[in-house]
Amino acid sequence: MALLALWALIGLAGLLRPSSLRYVGRTLFPLGAVCGVALAIVAALGLGSPPERVVLLIGLPDLPMHLRLDPLASLFLFLLGSTSAGISIFAAGYFRKGHGTSAGLLCVQYHVFLASMGMVMLADDAYSFMLAWETMALSSYFLVTAQHGLAEIRRAGFLYLLMAHVGAITLLLAFGVMQGGSWQFTFDAMRAAHLTPERAAAAFLLALIGFGTKAGLVPLHVWLPEAHPAAPSPVSALMSGVMLKTAVYGALRVTFDLLGTPQWWWGLVPLAFGLFTALYGVAFAAVQSDMKRLLAYSSVENLGIVFTAFGLAIVFQGAGMPALAALALIALLYHSLNHAFMKSLLFLGTGAVLHSTGERNLGRLGGLIHRMPWTAWLTLVGALALAGLPPLNGFVSEWLLLQSFLFSHEVPWTFVNMLLPLGAAVVALAAALAAYVMVKFFGVIFLGQPREPALAHAHDASVLERIGLVWLALGCVALGLLPAHVIEVLNVVAAQLGAAALPARTGPWWLLVPLPARLVSYSAPVFFAAIIGIVLVTAAAVRIFRHGRMRRSAPWVCGIERLEPRMQDTAEGFGQPIRRIFGSFFSLQRELPSPFDRAPRYRVAVTDRIWRYLYEPLGTVVQRAADLCARAQQGRISVYLLYALTTLVVLLALVL
Amino acid sequence: MEILTQVLELIVALAVAPLFLGWVNQCRAWLQNRTAPGITLPFRNIDKLFHKEAVIATGASPLFRLAPYIVFSSMVLAAAIIPSMGTELPLTRAADAIALVGLLATARVFLALAAMDVGTAFGTLGARREMMIGFLAEPALLMVILAASLIPATTALPAIAAHLATQPLGVYPSLAFTGTAFTLVLLAENARIPIDNPATHLELTMIHESMLLEYSARHLALIEWASALKLFNYACIGFALFVPWGVSTRGSGPAALLAAVPLLLLKLAGAGAALALIETCSAKLRVFRAPEFLAIAFLFAVLGLLVHLLLGA
Repeated sequence: MALLALWALIGLAGLLRPSSLRYVGRTLFPLGAVCGVALAIVAALGLGSPPERVVLLIGLPDLPMHLRLDPLASLFLFLLGSTSAGISIFAAGYFRKGHGTSAGLLCVQYHVFLASMGMVMLADDAYSFMLAWETMALSSYFLVTAQHGLAEIRRAGFLYLLMAHVGAITLLLAFGVMQGGSWQFTFDAMRAAHLTPERAAAAFLLALIGFGTKAGLVPLHVWLPEAHPAAPSPVSALMSGVMLKTAVYGALRVTFDLLGTPQWWWGLVPLAFGLFTALYGVAFAAVQSDMKRLLAYSSVENLGIVFTAFGLAIVFQGAGMPALAALALIALLYHSLNHAFMKSLLFLGTGAVLHSTGERNLGRLGGLIHRMPWTAWLTLVGALALAGLPPLNGFVSEWLLLQSFLFSHEVPWTFVNMLLPLGAAVVALAAALAAYVMVKFFGVIFLGQPREPALAHAHDASVLERIGLVWLALGCVALGLLPAHVIEVLNVVAAQLGAAALPARTGPWWLLVPLPARLVSYSAPVFFAAIIGIVLVTAAAVRIFRHGRMRRSAPWVCGIERLEPRMQDTAEGFGQPIRRIFGSFFSLQRELPSPFDRAPRYRVAVTDRIWRYLYEPLGTVVQRAADLCARAQQGRISVYLLYALTTLVVLLALVL
Repeated sequence: MEILTQVLELIVALAVAPLFLGWVNQCRAWLQNRTAPGITLPFRNIDKLFHKEAVIATGASPLFRLAPYIVFSSMVLAAAIIPSMGTELPLTRAADAIALVGLLATARVFLALAAMDVGTAFGTLGARREMMIGFLAEPALLMVILAASLIPATTALPAIAAHLATQPLGVYPSLAFTGTAFTLVLLAENARIPIDNPATHLELTMIHESMLLEYSARHLALIEWASALKLFNYACIGFALFVPWGVSTRGSGPAALLAAVPLLLLKLAGAGAALALIETCSAKLRVFRAPEFLAIAFLFAVLGLLVHLLLGA
């Protein structure tokens, strides 16, 4: 609590000297990072202890703010604290003199954003939850529009604000249904309320729409690839890494805690949407040529995977299979934690690249591993993790999810038990495509030859930025190498959510055995040690038994004199197979040059079909409705007086 | 006993893998009425490459030099966790079948990244195509493994192999579908004929070879050896899932293990001949037909899963 207040204070301190970059960057942001570490420690300690409650007598009269710290909240606070520590320290070195919002103001918005995310996780009544939720949306809106000079960014910000409010309205409705006639809006009252199955289902679906909007479930994802790239990189990292997780937190809180035991069929909705989102997001990520948009679409994919696990957990829980529900929940929580670290790391990596080159377009980057080795190698860790490769962290959560899919045919309903394992096929496809996306992302930015001459002057990340990157990369490695320990912690949360805790760890510390009866095990440390060991032995053996002589020479380019950067694949070229295979997802506009063009131009634009088939018709309907209303709004005072008189007469007629 | 099995598996894998590749080439040559080069040719080739001085392109990053070692090491580790002769392998506890698929993906990603490193046209082209094949083949392989692992309800490969090996000879219709899918994946992943031609060098349609154009000497030797190991590994995954008979299981003693070696060689001889026959009978597909080919593999694997759930067998 105090730490969150401290964050807010740090923010306010930023107001004191808004223009002094040195003061804000060198003092306040590192202080925020320290705060983040402290929060992570406090939250980690809070995981084991029983729930604590605080009632704050602020706010509206008779409506004090209820706060509660339980294992679920602690876990997400840990996520917030540990990730934001890395991001804040990076941000300390990142924000520089530029256009748009001044440093002090950014500092306020940034820290209010952090504090409000913490409040979302602590809130124990609907009022404070919504208050924190809206503060979060607004503060991040201002952060997104930090460079408000650009029309494109203002547009992205507006779209974000609009979608955030659509989501908030459905959440309000969901809370309204959940209070169940008691008109008490504390979460305790909601836990005690007995809802009819229909009302509970309505509340669940409304909450799913609300949280799904924040999480970017297709078709509610449209704001995400616009808003995340528009923000400054540390803010993109916070939004993708942490803010999306507040939606996961909210969905878990409402479904498993406030609504009691979910009905099994609820799970099919997030499962189906999650699977579709995962595939859709990753297919779009593969065809992007803006590096931050690519990452934003990849976030859509990952949240899709999280919601798939969410649906699976509900199905298992509803089917009375709490051990498998625990497995799915742990996969969900693990993936949320992983994604927070991986995606923040990658967004910060793009931030460093953006700073040093001023380019976001993949088509103008390349070869940066030579100029920016720190950024490149640390980003590689994130990219491999996001590609789901063992022994890093992304693999562990995918492994857990696939394991829980493997047993999903044991649910007691025919058809459902046959269709569920097919979800594993989609998850596997999305995971394999994620590897494609990451090879494209890393390969085009950091490998090959520089595509622009200006890249020769790129410089590596500053010291503070490196500390931030190293912190997050270490997080990825630690989460990957010590899964047995992480799962032990997540077990507590799964148990709180009503799933049976997995059996206690029996094997040695390095072995992960989630379900001992099923004979499956995975050991990341052994895996890692084996790979490193074989690499070292091979390298040594080659040098001992043969030799290590080496010489440099020009690469072979089919006999042409000189290697040109334009011979490499462009980002569009690398995505071309995906454009072809998943052609029905995209609406494609292509300008092909004719052979007689003097200045041939090739342009390809890939856009979301959902815009055309859902949002544009919706926009037209809203516009029409607004036009109808406008007819009544003449703007002349006499007309309004007439309206008032008519209303009065009608009311009198009704009453008398 | 466990350690012994593990060491034996590793030695056999490292030694037999290039010979297996040589055997496939031998059969191909026979089928095409050519004089065969002898099955030790891949070995002699690898040895020759190890003697040469490495020539690295200017502008190659350390990643380029690191990648062959990682690819080789992934393949060796994969060979160590596939129960080709015995199911009592200590390392298999560290990685189940899903981790094995992840391991193969790691090798692929590193090879693709290394191919993009120098920035030549062929390198990036190969990387793109390899990843395209990979993202379709990997889920198909995973589905094959999941379908097979539904039978004993575990993804641990030795447990699957042991379960199927000790089962009375039954008919699993699902395995027919997954077996077909697996064969298609094996062809695609090992750069065999309908997808890629291992015999060509420098063709616009090549995939695997175009990633290796910048490699030479020890790096190339390691990659060649790793490719041989990959083919061997895929064959052994196939044996473990579809013809697991003859592997030594828990408590069957050293005699069973020794008997498993010639049996493995026999299986490999049969598989190699079949592979050569498939390759000789089919023509290479256009690159853009490859996704269809792999989509069929993926569908077959999913069908296998469905059939298993429908029939319970």
